[in-house]
Amino acid sequence: MTLFDPAWIDVAILAFMAIVAFVVALLRSVFASVMLMGIFSLLSATLFVILDAVDVAFTEASVGAGISVVVFLGAMSLIPSPKAHGRTRPLLGALVCIACGALLILGTLDMPTYGDPQAPIHLHVADRYLSESLEATDVPNVVTSVLASYRGYDTLGETTVIFTAAIAVLILIGGSWRDGVKAPARADKETGDA
Amino acid sequence: MHDHAVLRVVSKLLMPFIFLFALYVQFHGDFGPGGGFQAGVIFGAGMILYALIFGLKAARKVAPLHYLRAQLSLGVLLYAGTGIVGLVQGSNYLDYSVLAHDPAHGQEYGIMLIEMGVLLTVSSAMTLIFYLFAGQDH
Repeated sequence: MTLFDPAWIDVAILAFMAIVAFVVALLRSVFASVMLMGIFSLLSATLFVILDAVDVAFTEASVGAGISVVVFLGAMSLIPSPKAHGRTRPLLGALVCIACGALLILGTLDMPTYGDPQAPIHLHVADRYLSESLEATDVPNVVTSVLASYRGYDTLGETTVIFTAAIAVLILIGGSWRDGVKAPARADKETGDA
Repeated sequence: MHDHAVLRVVSKLLMPFIFLFALYVQFHGDFGPGGGFQAGVIFGAGMILYALIFGLKAARKVAPLHYLRAQLSLGVLLYAGTGIVGLVQGSNYLDYSVLAHDPAHGQEYGIMLIEMGVLLTVSSAMTLIFYLFAGQDH
């Protein structure tokens, strides 16, 4: 790698991500951790742009760096004092982390080199998608035609997952089924306050 | 955050552009990066910004809870319903080719419809989850 190799950008972003991850683990303030996790998401979004996965970068930036931070802050405001206390076992945690990390690295050893044209993923249906999708769907963006048409079932499943998540939150903390009407299930809390 | 004049003015200026950008990402998803999910998240983020700056009460006037609940289900129904049209027309489930005389056009319409379904569900889910978390303390 020479001094002006663009690969240094990858190295810098990955180094930043590692630093942020370590700081998140070390910090005792939950608020600062949540903010840093947003920064971590933004850095990984940058990495996705470099990997030419713009759609994924888009999603990561808006969900990871945007909405999940807000939802975390909203959840934090509901918890009395989100501070880590009690006896911690740093050695046990470190062992679990190192074991999991080693397993993950072991898993990547079998993967083909990034950008290898002979990688299995490029030999299956990718060629057909790239050459035929414009003619078959009239949509120039291959990502959209694969997501919405060739893999329509998967996207339907993903939409249903989001629907289910919102319904679950609605059932758990939604309270009432009408605006402004409190459900009887929350009555015990109100009498406790009074 | 009601009395931060700078935040109020700047977010008021930004709001139309955020929603416009969400619609751009939605309808330009055929040509560039983006699609229903990304557009829905940006739309939801715009609503969340509005609720953060002007308060939950004002946001609930713009998009009431019962409206968001209906929109949440409508999105999935639109997606699944588009698939059923293919089934009724004698083809496979989620095969959009039968939606128009020309199969490629049918695919284009189908993709547009299901992306609209994704937008409806994702944007309302994001806004709804924020409403519920933020509305707990009172």
